Amino acid sequence: MPRYAYQPFPYKKPPELDGAVARQYPVAIAGAGPVGLSMAVDLALRGVPSVVLDDNDVVSLGSRAICWSKRTLEIFDRLGIGERMVAKGITWKVGRLFHRDREVWSFDLLPEEGHKMPAFINLQQYYVEQYLVERCADFPDLIDLRWKNRVNGVRSHHTGARLAVEAPGGAYHLDAAWVIACDGARSPMRSFMGLDFEGRVFEERFLIADVEMRADFPSERWFWFEPPFHPGQSALLHKQPDNIYRIDLQLGPDADPDQEKRHENVIPRIEKIIGHGDFELDWVSVYMFQCRRLERFVHGRVVFAGDSAHIVSPFGARGGNGGIQDVDNLGWKLALIVKGEAPESLIETYDEERVRGADENILNSSRSTSFMTPKSKMEKLFRDSVLDLAADHEFARRLVNSGRLSRPCSLEGLSLQTPGAAEGIAPGQAMPDAPVQCEGRPGWLLEYFGGGFALMAVGCAPPPGLPAGLPVIEIWPDENLAGAEARIVLRDAEGLVADRYGAGVICLVRPDQHIAATFVAPHADEIALAYARAMGREH
Amino acid sequence: MTDKDEIGRDRLDTAGDDFYALLMQAHEGLSFEESARLNARLVLLLANRVGDLDALRAALAAAKK
Repeated sequence: MPRYAYQPFPYKKPPELDGAVARQYPVAIAGAGPVGLSMAVDLALRGVPSVVLDDNDVVSLGSRAICWSKRTLEIFDRLGIGERMVAKGITWKVGRLFHRDREVWSFDLLPEEGHKMPAFINLQQYYVEQYLVERCADFPDLIDLRWKNRVNGVRSHHTGARLAVEAPGGAYHLDAAWVIACDGARSPMRSFMGLDFEGRVFEERFLIADVEMRADFPSERWFWFEPPFHPGQSALLHKQPDNIYRIDLQLGPDADPDQEKRHENVIPRIEKIIGHGDFELDWVSVYMFQCRRLERFVHGRVVFAGDSAHIVSPFGARGGNGGIQDVDNLGWKLALIVKGEAPESLIETYDEERVRGADENILNSSRSTSFMTPKSKMEKLFRDSVLDLAADHEFARRLVNSGRLSRPCSLEGLSLQTPGAAEGIAPGQAMPDAPVQCEGRPGWLLEYFGGGFALMAVGCAPPPGLPAGLPVIEIWPDENLAGAEARIVLRDAEGLVADRYGAGVICLVRPDQHIAATFVAPHADEIALAYARAMGREH
Repeated sequence: MTDKDEIGRDRLDTAGDDFYALLMQAHEGLSFEESARLNARLVLLLANRVGDLDALRAALAAAKK
């Protein structure tokens, strides 16, 4: 009996089946997983209505994506569910690596102090989806969540796309100016459009299981190469909330998925790992590693985000986290285009920026997978030699690859960013957080960014004559030093903003909390130029 | 710093992953014998590149351990 109580979401007859006059919606989202739901919330926060279509009516079955990175938690915090996720999730920072019967080494992600969000939490995907669905309910006029509405086809044209939808009450057409395909790894939208999904499929099969048990394993990531309980293969143990443990077992290329999935075959394997049979099996799946992506994420008025656009093997937590970063990148651009405040060509920069992110994720997870699954006798010898040398040598420990954990993608050098004129943080980076105070109240820097574009001035005042509508946030060691232009004044409570950005630096911040440009003592027209460039108005 | 620490000190940083990928790529499609020959040539080339007999003695000792 799974611990999580799955509650079906109610089906409501769509207005199209109730005689409503058909109209064009600004945005339709195919798929109500973490990516689709986040997309709807992000757009709603920017005042853009959307219709979300999903063929199912419950949250994800099984834990699926469980590791949420700091950057993702910062994005979820902007969307309004970050604190709830951290409260429920298991915060972890230590990983241990074992080879056969000995511990090779352990790492501590050593999260830097002075950030609101931890390095990583583990939280089952079904909780994330539930929190997002509940968050969607805060926007009844902006988010139209349609369960049991299956998309059966799409026809794209130059001002929008028409979806063929099937619901329990009948079939209908839905017109939208933009369609966001968030329909997962097996994306039907991808098939409707006949798009190739290029990349590499690894022959290796892996078993993934959620096990419920009372145990006192610490909140750490444990990874084994060739453990005594599972000879010749690899294994991963990760703790989740509610006494649920995630276990991943490498099965080799010849395993029969249907056989391996049978509980009577899974249970003895788990018993060998934990040394007893006092547990319940909540969920089991067998999968193959794949690292593939669409060549382009933007196809006219249909835009792909999350697993529909790119899939990676799971070690490294780059699937779910990559998808949420897609949303972060796409939300503000789409909102500006829909409102007519930016040219439609801005959408091309979503393709440019997130293809970079996807390639980074694919490169890292392909390498981890190769390390875990040596293809030849020589590859295996090298792998084993790295593990042997790792006991004594630092350089070898750094080569051990059980997953390179997801890090925020830098957009440096891409077309929206103005090359840095200042020392300090590089344009393209996601903003590092820091503790600040506002009128005596403690808070976090990132909480003040993420609406629209903003100018952040660290220990200095920006020049007069700034572009209209660009708010200024000044950060000073002492608020009384602030200039008259500042809309918000924050106190650099521990001096960490100056440390992390550079004192005297002015940053143009994008609505996704990435730095678009940095300046020292700029003229207003330099800022205006960078601002226009960051909105896709000039290149 | 002892000799042992010196031989094991990480000098490649994140380029370590890049090197490992290149190394595996170089071996791709080779028979075991061909791979062994590649390794032999590589060791000789790298030894010359290191160019320091003491460092090479330390590396040999660490590898034989």
